[in-house]
Amino acid sequence: MKIDRRKFLNSLLGIGGIGGIISVFYPIISYLIPPKTTEPKVSSIKAGLSAEFPTNSSKIIKFGRQPVILIKTEDNEYKALAATCTHLDCIVQYKNDTKQIWCACHNGIFDLNGRNISGPPPRPLEEYEVKIVKDEIVITKAG
Amino acid sequence: MIKNIGSKIASWIDERYNLEPLRNLIKHKKVPAHRYSIWYYMGGVTLFLFFVQLLTGILLLLYYRPGEDSAYESVRFIVTEVKFGWLIRNVHSWSANLLVLFAFIHMFSVFFSKAYKKPRELTWVTGFILLVLTLAFGFSGYLLPWNELAFFATKVGTDIVGVVPIIGEPLKMILRGGEDVTGATLSRFFGIHVAILPAIFTVFLVAHLFFIQQQGMHEPEKFKNLPENKKKYIPFFPDFALKDLLFWVVVFNILIFLALYFPWELGNKADAFAPAPEGIKPEWYFMFMFHTLKLLPAHILFIEGELFGILIFGVAAVIWMLIPFIKIKQKHGWKIQPLTLIGILVVFFIAVMTIIGYLV
Ligand code: HEM
Ligand code: FES
Repeated sequence: MKIDRRKFLNSLLGIGGIGGIISVFYPIISYLIPPKTTEPKVSSIKAGLSAEFPTNSSKIIKFGRQPVILIKTEDNEYKALAATCTHLDCIVQYKNDTKQIWCACHNGIFDLNGRNISGPPPRPLEEYEVKIVKDEIVITKAG
Repeated sequence: MIKNIGSKIASWIDERYNLEPLRNLIKHKKVPAHRYSIWYYMGGVTLFLFFVQLLTGILLLLYYRPGEDSAYESVRFIVTEVKFGWLIRNVHSWSANLLVLFAFIHMFSVFFSKAYKKPRELTWVTGFILLVLTLAFGFSGYLLPWNELAFFATKVGTDIVGVVPIIGEPLKMILRGGEDVTGATLSRFFGIHVAILPAIFTVFLVAHLFFIQQQGMHEPEKFKNLPENKKKYIPFFPDFALKDLLFWVVVFNILIFLALYFPWELGNKADAFAPAPEGIKPEWYFMFMFHTLKLLPAHILFIEGELFGILIFGVAAVIWMLIPFIKIKQKHGWKIQPLTLIGILVVFFIAVMTIIGYLV
């Protein structure tokens, strides 16, 4: 009888203890995870005048909070791709000598369609649509 | 006169708190003297450099202001406007590097002299944790000036964490304080660097030193088997302590030399919309991991290259931490102990990967 009472009290203490620990750690862990900030939805942006953009060059454009690389190829074609490397998050650059997209961090290389052709990147860069509206470059998210 | 006052104070304290144990300790603590005694100084130097970090870190705190719009500017202010600010920052940066270096040397010297064996298992484990914390100090401190190199190093370093299944993504969010590396990341790294890590580090440091004090210095096999009268010792006070001090002064001079003649660069301010600069490299002590990841193909078996790499490194680190508890039988006819061989391979791997990383 005595033992039973002790057992009972011990398990009560145990359950209470676990509850206490959870009620301390649950808020702390939740606090550590940052709240989701609602991004303003950007579906298209203007990226300057086509006439002012030199052939065989590139620039990085802010697409909302995402960096997008806009390239004017040798044949004056436009390409817009997510500039965030699919490997480990670095920002890529256009090499105007090799006509490829290069990531300095681990030597990842993409072609002008964003396909990962060598190095560690596991996936292609996401493509954006480029239109010229009255000589102005307009980039829109595909799909 | 002064001596008189000193001994009066001592006897005043003695009467109340009994200094006998302390006096005994000072009188009897001794250190084995043999061919490999030089390695006994590596831990002490590491400790010294930690104190340098503590002091210079606290000084930097007086002017440093975390934040996307103030961190870089405040470090520039420290090195250009504050009297001797450049010196304090250079010493903090160089000392961080020497600290990591000596921590590695200390660890491998302990490893190869087999000092981690019973009864010093926990000294090894706490020491390894201190090394990991030191690397965390280095990684978190590196971001604080908010320059280009630091920005991308942090992007890559935290993105790797995200590769781990299940816990990776939430962990990455917790580290970054959001999806991307931003001012929120900087705030977190600042808190980690100047509050969380020093607190945790102190706990393990005290444990580490306490274990060492309890057990005394490890004696190598050869020394232990000598007849008692052939074993040579030197007293800790004052002989060993003075030698320790001498070594600290030497390292301190090297440190000041480096800080004076090789100023730590500040570079360009971080820009979230600029490509990663050409020739970007991590700190040298992460180079072997960085370069290994670089060499891995995009996919190995069914998983991404990084995941494979990070799992291997993770498992290797845990095994390395638990080395005192691992027994491998020595095969007949083997000239070398298997663990020693493993250690040599580890050092070789780290050295080769580091060198190749800098050459290509
Ligand atoms: C194991 C110990 C430590 C290591 C390895 C370490 C490492 C570093 C590194 C690599 C930097 C970047 C230096 C730069 O590029 O400017 C840094 C910056 C900084 N550290 Fe530490 N640190 C340590 C301890 C501390 C402590 C204990 C404090 C203060 C409580 C501290 C405060 C700071 C501050 C305020 C900065 C920013 C200023 C700057 O970037 O120059 N550090 N640390
Ligand atoms: S982050 Fe681009 S190749 Fe690694």
